[in-house]
Amino acid sequence: MMRLEAKKMVATGDYTAAYGALLCDVDVVAAYPITPQTIIVEEFSNFVNNGITDAEFIMVESEHSAMSACIAAQASGARTFTATSSQGLALMHEMLFVASALRLPIVMPVVNRTLAAPIGIWCEHNDSMPQRDAGWIQMSCEDNQEVLDMIIMAYKIGERKDVLLPVMPCLDAFILSHTVEPVDAPSSDEVADFIGKYDPVATLDPNNPMAIGTFSPPEYIQELRYQTHVAMENAKKAIRETTKDFARKFGRDYYGLIEEYRCDDADVVLATVGTVTGTAREVVDELREKGKKVGLIKLRFYRPFPAEEIKKIAENVSAIGVYDRAISYGVGGPLFIETRNALYGLDLPVLNFLAGLGGRDVVKGDIEKMYEILLKAKKEKPEKEIYWIGTRGVSI
Amino acid sequence: MNIKDLPEEDYFTSGHTACAGCPAPAIVRNMMKIFGKDTIVYTPANCLLVFSGTYPYLAWKVPYLHEAFENTGSCISGVARAYKKIGKKALVVGIAGDGGTYDIGIQALSGAAERDEDVIYVCYDNEAYMNTGIQRSGSTPYGASTTTTPAGKKIPGKLRHKKDMAEIMRAHEIPYMATLSISHPKDFLNKVEKAKNVKGFRYLHVFSPCPTGWRFDPSKSVEIARKAVQSGMWTLYEAEYGEITGIYKPKKKIPVEEYIKGQGRFRHLTPEMIEELQRWVDRKWKRLYGEEP
Repeated sequence: MMRLEAKKMVATGDYTAAYGALLCDVDVVAAYPITPQTIIVEEFSNFVNNGITDAEFIMVESEHSAMSACIAAQASGARTFTATSSQGLALMHEMLFVASALRLPIVMPVVNRTLAAPIGIWCEHNDSMPQRDAGWIQMSCEDNQEVLDMIIMAYKIGERKDVLLPVMPCLDAFILSHTVEPVDAPSSDEVADFIGKYDPVATLDPNNPMAIGTFSPPEYIQELRYQTHVAMENAKKAIRETTKDFARKFGRDYYGLIEEYRCDDADVVLATVGTVTGTAREVVDELREKGKKVGLIKLRFYRPFPAEEIKKIAENVSAIGVYDRAISYGVGGPLFIETRNALYGLDLPVLNFLAGLGGRDVVKGDIEKMYEILLKAKKEKPEKEIYWIGTRGVSI
Repeated sequence: MNIKDLPEEDYFTSGHTACAGCPAPAIVRNMMKIFGKDTIVYTPANCLLVFSGTYPYLAWKVPYLHEAFENTGSCISGVARAYKKIGKKALVVGIAGDGGTYDIGIQALSGAAERDEDVIYVCYDNEAYMNTGIQRSGSTPYGASTTTTPAGKKIPGKLRHKKDMAEIMRAHEIPYMATLSISHPKDFLNKVEKAKNVKGFRYLHVFSPCPTGWRFDPSKSVEIARKAVQSGMWTLYEAEYGEITGIYKPKKKIPVEEYIKGQGRFRHLTPEMIEELQRWVDRKWKRLYGEEP
């Protein structure tokens, strides 16, 4: 591929994701267009057709085929990339499990879009979060800079020999995918130096033939499940080390699996995910000015889940809230479920705030409301755990 | 090419667990002799996957991949493109059954053919989902009794005819497509060798009578395959870029009734149903040979 100089770009999240793949010098891309991921495949097509990369781009006829082809290409020794969203991710579901069990570090940005019905194109996390048990490292980005940095780090983390898992960096539909922001892009040399060459453990090779993914009786499967579980646990260490290395090399620190904001002396904290984090930072600053001791946890990773990190913070606060943009019907938001699980045994209110579902905007007033409920929960036992913020017909 | 010219070296070896009389191992073994060492094989879910490679046993001496059922077309595309990008050379072959080709896999197959991926796609056609227990597929012929089209008192077997998958693939105007049968080994080997030497998307469709699913004497697989060709139930031909370049016409066309004899799946057929099957064969005959049967 052509050498790319470091530059400052003003780019959409989608362009940034495509540029990230370019910087990582991927060998094979197999993808299918879906709103709002389309710009990623269009931009990558531009890179290919203008000779900026000599990557093979397989324009498949479905997302199921996109993931199938990526798995086959990665198993053949290629570094692969794809991207999808919503219905496309749901169609891929079957193949996600194959990618992780075959321990293939494919990287796939997912532009979070609501999953039908009813059909919609705006931001919701009910596409990626149901993929929880597929064995993918799954994380959410706050801004376009993080999209770029996370794609670079995704290859570094996924390709580690103690991890070897596929990675799914998520970005909010339109709020990031179609919104231009300033992005610092490193040079391709710097990225190559950081992530290294893909060095597969096992590949399809006539000179060393082996079977990959073949039929297995019960005598062999349970051990593979255990190994994948260990790999996901190892990913925590890999993420912490990689964000440190990244900060040293590129000057931007993402602090491992979560980022704390003004948590040190906080009475109550709110955990957020995706772009809502940016809005919540402002609310925290404003409430702090008013003397309210509030803090913020930016939940970056959903898998592996930062249980230890959250527990450490929770030990020093009076109430914790979790913001979710998805719902596990009858139980609560997926991040809330995880957080409550992580805090089992601690005696403090853990509350869930659902807002922005189907792509509705989450504004400062919504987040102020969340903190208000949390500060109240510090004083008196809350009546319920789950709060539907700004939902017609539901009183808080 | 003749059988005696085939290389001795095998890349699909003994030790597999196929049923007695199953033609699939012979199909694969002979194809692999021609494809040779530098071949990468993908199989979706099918009998072949289970009988040739249940871990820790393996009948293959070439790299072998399985991912899922419906994606042979896209998996072989992925291997071929990765090899192209990395600069390595191998013949990439997918071997699917009729369920994985006619039904659940037709989308990925069509996509790969339309993109003209540099691969060989093989369909071994035993006219039902044999691996899951003889359920009907789009390839199951009219009247056949399967576990999901049982010959019942009200509905006597499958009431739809076999889908013409070979013609669907010819319509993709791919560089090479051919239909094959184990009853015609010389034709079989020539077509496999030809496919190996063509660049781009190649489709080989092999008729594969299943003693277990069709309920016939396992020593009769080749005989039944031959009768399929002689009756017109299966037509041997090849096409390049959509144009038929060769077609085999049986010297004497036998009635369908003679083909279905000895197959338990057709035992319940009434004279009217046999006539309906004959009408389908005669229509296909006219379409492919351009003349009345």
